[in-house]
Amino acid sequence: MEKVKLTIDNKTVEVEKGTTIYKAAKTIGIDIPVLCYMDLGDLNIENKPGGCRMCSVEVQGRRNLAPSCATDVFDGMVVNTHSMRVLNARRVVMELILSDHPKDCLVCPKSGNCELQSLANKLGIREIPNQDIAEMSTYRKDFSPSIIRDMDKCIMCRRCETMCNEFQTVGALSAVNRGFMSVVAPAFEMDLEDSVCTYCGQCVAVCPTGALTEVNHTNRLIRDLSNPNKTVIVQTAPAVRAALGEEFGHKPGTLVTGKMVSALKQLGFHHVFDTDFAADLTIMEEGTELLSRLTRHLNGDKSVKLPMLTSCCPGWVNFFESQFTDMLDIPSTARSPQQMFGSIAKTYFADLINIPREDLIVVSIMPCLAKKYECQRDEFKVDGNPDVDYSISTRELAHLIKRANIDFDSLSEEDFDQPLGESTGAGVIFGTTGGVIEAAVRTAYELHTGKTLQDVDFKELRGMDGIRHATIDFDGQPINIGIAHGLGKARQLLEGIRNGTSEFHAIEIMACPGGCIGGGGQPLHHGKFEILQKRMEAIYQEDKNKPLRKSHENPYIIKLYEEFLGKPMSEKAHKLLHTHYVDKSKKIIYIEPKSFEI
Amino acid sequence: MSNIKVELKKPDVDKIKEICKSFNNQPGELINVLHKTQHTFGYLPAEVQEVVARELNVSVAKVYGVVTFYSFFSMIPKGKYPISVCTGTACYVRGAENVLDEFKKNLKIEVGETTGDGMFSISCLRCVGACGLAPVVMVGEKTYGRVAPEMVSDIIKEYTNQK
Ligand code: SF4
Ligand code: SF4
Repeated sequence: MEKVKLTIDNKTVEVEKGTTIYKAAKTIGIDIPVLCYMDLGDLNIENKPGGCRMCSVEVQGRRNLAPSCATDVFDGMVVNTHSMRVLNARRVVMELILSDHPKDCLVCPKSGNCELQSLANKLGIREIPNQDIAEMSTYRKDFSPSIIRDMDKCIMCRRCETMCNEFQTVGALSAVNRGFMSVVAPAFEMDLEDSVCTYCGQCVAVCPTGALTEVNHTNRLIRDLSNPNKTVIVQTAPAVRAALGEEFGHKPGTLVTGKMVSALKQLGFHHVFDTDFAADLTIMEEGTELLSRLTRHLNGDKSVKLPMLTSCCPGWVNFFESQFTDMLDIPSTARSPQQMFGSIAKTYFADLINIPREDLIVVSIMPCLAKKYECQRDEFKVDGNPDVDYSISTRELAHLIKRANIDFDSLSEEDFDQPLGESTGAGVIFGTTGGVIEAAVRTAYELHTGKTLQDVDFKELRGMDGIRHATIDFDGQPINIGIAHGLGKARQLLEGIRNGTSEFHAIEIMACPGGCIGGGGQPLHHGKFEILQKRMEAIYQEDKNKPLRKSHENPYIIKLYEEFLGKPMSEKAHKLLHTHYVDKSKKIIYIEPKSFEI
Repeated sequence: MSNIKVELKKPDVDKIKEICKSFNNQPGELINVLHKTQHTFGYLPAEVQEVVARELNVSVAKVYGVVTFYSFFSMIPKGKYPISVCTGTACYVRGAENVLDEFKKNLKIEVGETTGDGMFSISCLRCVGACGLAPVVMVGEKTYGRVAPEMVSDIIKEYTNQK
């Protein structure tokens, strides 16, 4: 590769030809401010509209300032990234952006985490000229069960569009209209709820402003926790414990399980339970379903469809319900761990503590925004009362802990409560890509062969590649397994099934990069695989630390079946732990927005 | 944004498919496909955009994005008598803006819209090459020169009386 030598801020640097000024500066630790530009290196996603001009720099001999994110270096180039002329230009650019931006920072959900806010601060903006005569573009607010779109705050960086289209291939968002009226919106400017959106939340995770945010349930939670007539219980998803620490300054990959439990108890939850328990339960149901489908298929029953697809990720469920409606019969019918937990909590557990389900509030802490929607689905309600009342994200929990003035670091380590808090290592690894299928294999193998696994670590199923496959030997019977994370990769596997070229028996799909560890409700990872990698290692570490590592050995699960459910896939289990899928493509036609003003 | 609901008949869908096919169903040909489709149907209602999106394998959001970006594309059918007001330099200087306002006020619609009874729609034109007659207004094929705001109601009457 041809090299190019140039000077940036008086430092000499040599980079490959074709490198941008921005990236060249980065290699020598010079940080040029950017706003619309986004480089999610490891995900292979780059958003480069070159529109905001925040990254402008001075290039010697060039009349105009150059946008460093979109200008390639050349040999002998002399660049000044922070000259007074540059600072002046950046200030003007920012003033112009802010002249069409609401000024309600005090109550904005993004305040303190907003890239626009901190950049404005860094650039020393103290007033916005001509604000009184400047026109503001306004747009209706769009509320969905998971995500709020407040497009008055959109700066048209179009990062969300890039995530939704290029990474997820969902295609829910596009820039529409032109000039002053332009905005990122679903087709025909319908509400997000009526569009093909999966609520994966990857757009929210990259939005630099308060334009896209999650629906926040923390105030509702505080209200419920202060209501003496309610029993409030909580479940925590596996990926939360591997990332929550980051919000308190810990290195990525720090496991904070015990402190998290402790914090939840201090917040006043009556019982602190674990979604991992329900993940073990999921394996019992999903694993049994896989085995039964597999056995029938291998015995030549042509009516059984394979591969079986996992169904514990609601982002993924939304995706196939709207875009692969010809395949609604191949995903497992097992509900997600969140919903299995809720269902058991409001029957078995409510009976145990002898209260009516209406007086029991089930809250979940999730790395996920799609779960906010999932728990509102009608299938998961009994007489209008939801199995899981609402779900709050890892980010919301961190905020709540700070709000309650809990000193996270000095907390002691506590254990989950019983009976819904015990889990095996198999439940833990649900939080990372490849984990669900590995957990299923551990159980399915033993149930199928009647033998005990010598080594429960299936390293061939682990890793960060977007699509992976492995063949596991089930005592002479090879089982082909596929894994995808990110919906764009899922689409590739699904198209293989559609064309009949797929030879998998089972496929695990997770909507988010790295699985739930990179979920839309997690501390922001900015596409850095090293962060996801560390969270993944933490998850496998937690698995290793567990005395039991196979779901079917969880004593509380065994007890639950003995006392309550009978067998996996029993009639009762079917009613409480399985679901069906809906063809949503019909819904996704032109629907008049509920309110419309522009 | 329109709130007109259209039900596409099979021949309509076939026609759209044929247009897409003539461009090899290439996503990169989206603009050309839309161009030709609008030529065929007169406008691009949501339902038509959905078929185009499916055929070219692009998202409906993207198609809608393109349709709303180029002012050439319209989601609203033109009126039976489409009114075009020239806002080229000469006409503008001679008061086309006031004429345009008068049409909007009289018909109670904005530029790019169609009256509820489907009779009139208003659009703007850039120079029609009849600058000597500025300001110029066209209704369908007929040209009116030196239009003053006071003449607007009479022009409209010409067509409402015809029905
Ligand atoms: S939540 Fe996911 S699917 Fe929905 S708009 Fe955002 S990126 Fe697209
Ligand atoms: S991968 Fe995990 S965090 Fe992402 S949508 Fe699926 S369940 Fe939610």
